Amino acid sequence: MNIVVCVKRVPLTQEVDLEIDGTGKDVKKDALAYVVNDWDNYAIEEAVLLQEKFGGTATAITIGTEDDEEVLRRALAVGADRAIRIDPGDLELDGFVISKLLAGVIKDLEYDLVLTGVQADDDNCGMVGIMLAEHLGLSHAAVVTGVEPEGDEATIKVELEGGMDEVSKIPFPALLSIQTGINEPRYVSIMGIRKAGKKELKVLEVADLNLTEDDLTPRTVVEEVFLPPETEGAEIIEGDASTVAEEIIRILTEKGVMV
Amino acid sequence: MGDIFVVVEHRKGEVRDITYEMLFKAGQLCREYSHNLTAVILAGHDESFLDDIAPKADRGIVYEDESLKHFNGDLYRDILKGLIEEHRPFLTLAGHTSWGMDLGPALSAKTGYPLATDCVDILVENDRPVVIRQIFSGKVFSRVSFKESEGYLVSVRPGSFLPEDIEARKGEVIKNELPADLPVPRKNFVEFVDTAAGDVDISQADLLVSIGRGIGDEDNIEELKNLANTMGGTLSCSRPIVDKNWLPKYHQVGTSGKSVKPKVYLAFGISGAFQHVAGITAAGTVIAVNKDKKAPIFRVADYGVVDDLFNVVNALKEKLNA
Repeated sequence: MNIVVCVKRVPLTQEVDLEIDGTGKDVKKDALAYVVNDWDNYAIEEAVLLQEKFGGTATAITIGTEDDEEVLRRALAVGADRAIRIDPGDLELDGFVISKLLAGVIKDLEYDLVLTGVQADDDNCGMVGIMLAEHLGLSHAAVVTGVEPEGDEATIKVELEGGMDEVSKIPFPALLSIQTGINEPRYVSIMGIRKAGKKELKVLEVADLNLTEDDLTPRTVVEEVFLPPETEGAEIIEGDASTVAEEIIRILTEKGVMV
Repeated sequence: MGDIFVVVEHRKGEVRDITYEMLFKAGQLCREYSHNLTAVILAGHDESFLDDIAPKADRGIVYEDESLKHFNGDLYRDILKGLIEEHRPFLTLAGHTSWGMDLGPALSAKTGYPLATDCVDILVENDRPVVIRQIFSGKVFSRVSFKESEGYLVSVRPGSFLPEDIEARKGEVIKNELPADLPVPRKNFVEFVDTAAGDVDISQADLLVSIGRGIGDEDNIEELKNLANTMGGTLSCSRPIVDKNWLPKYHQVGTSGKSVKPKVYLAFGISGAFQHVAGITAAGTVIAVNKDKKAPIFRVADYGVVDDLFNVVNALKEKLNA
């Protein structure tokens, strides 16, 4: 089974004070640490698990600068066989353009399955995977929490709202957007890093992809980004831990929930 | 002006809340900008909710077929594409739900209409929609416009528009035949599986001690479980804890887990992603402990403590054991 997995490098923003940059259209990113997008990390693991079980190759693809190759090397280190970076140059990117760039590369590869994360942790759009599936003419499902291939189809689980899964059957070739928790992503090993250095990492330019001007024109534009208003919110309980604990116990007692 | 289409979401014969939320918002936009509101219903035969939905729109366009009893991405996409190309609605709304995340991008690719996903507000400026979204897990908002197009697609975050009264409209019902050239769907429904049932029913607890990513390590869970026991509360958690297999799914609060209604919800190390917060809207008092003072949980909590959760946990234990 040949699998393509799309990955993105995103800034780590938990426990970080984000500030708006000079353009007003993005946050300041210079001081942020970058990681592989959490959803994509599960997609990579799923690709490697399926490749280990059924054979074939796993190819990791990203769009970005040389710095973004970090997530490809990581994918190679945990078991992907080869990697491709699409260099977007100074192209404006939105979910649509990203899906077209990916389709431009993947259409020439041999694959049974394309995996993406459900969404990226930075823009939280969740549209690239399914758009990509449509460009490639693939069957597809979003928010997938289980994949069991059998012959030329797979039984999959889609996570629905309210503690329910939907089980369905989907034929290959297919695209699945992978939800967190589907597996337990492995850690990168020293041995893996050594092997990764010997694997192929190809870089493609937008000009290599045979895309039209319409394909490369974003359909949505971020006009501005802003921090949420600070007017509303929790009453902050001040003081040392002991004072705070007393106040919490007082509230619990007042609400009659503590025995 | 043109139409606003709302794609009705339903499951097991019941309309999902997101549908009413979209009808409510679409109704507001229709009043303000003189559009007509059309509810699009793809369903099995004799679904009872038609009578409920139609009067909330100027018209309900209905496709009834057993193949439409459950959501099917292939059929929904192809039927809606045909309908959109026939009527050319100004705006089409679908839920940013698991099914909507399959439908929206597919419809955008097929119709060429631009799509903005997971929107928490919709405005109209210069005859084009402009949407408000949240990025970086809710820490930042963005205002997004569209490339000019005949029509636009927006997927709406559940819980963004809380319907008060949805005004009555004409409620004309149009039953359409399935398009003759509809391809056979590739993806096929097998069954629904309940994933939230288990030994503990967190939806019945008066006090929930809830833990999130901030707990750091699996070994720390026992300590929080003990604290919950000492307080007479029940342990619950946010998604990352279940993703890591540290607690079974029936402990999970949020959209994909359970909605809860405790008198007090005591959240330790939970950042407050919207999927989580959606599960605690019925909670009485929310107390959040998190060391990130910008964590979105503080926007919905009644009381907040900005500190390392273990400082607070240890102090609570000392007081309770004294």
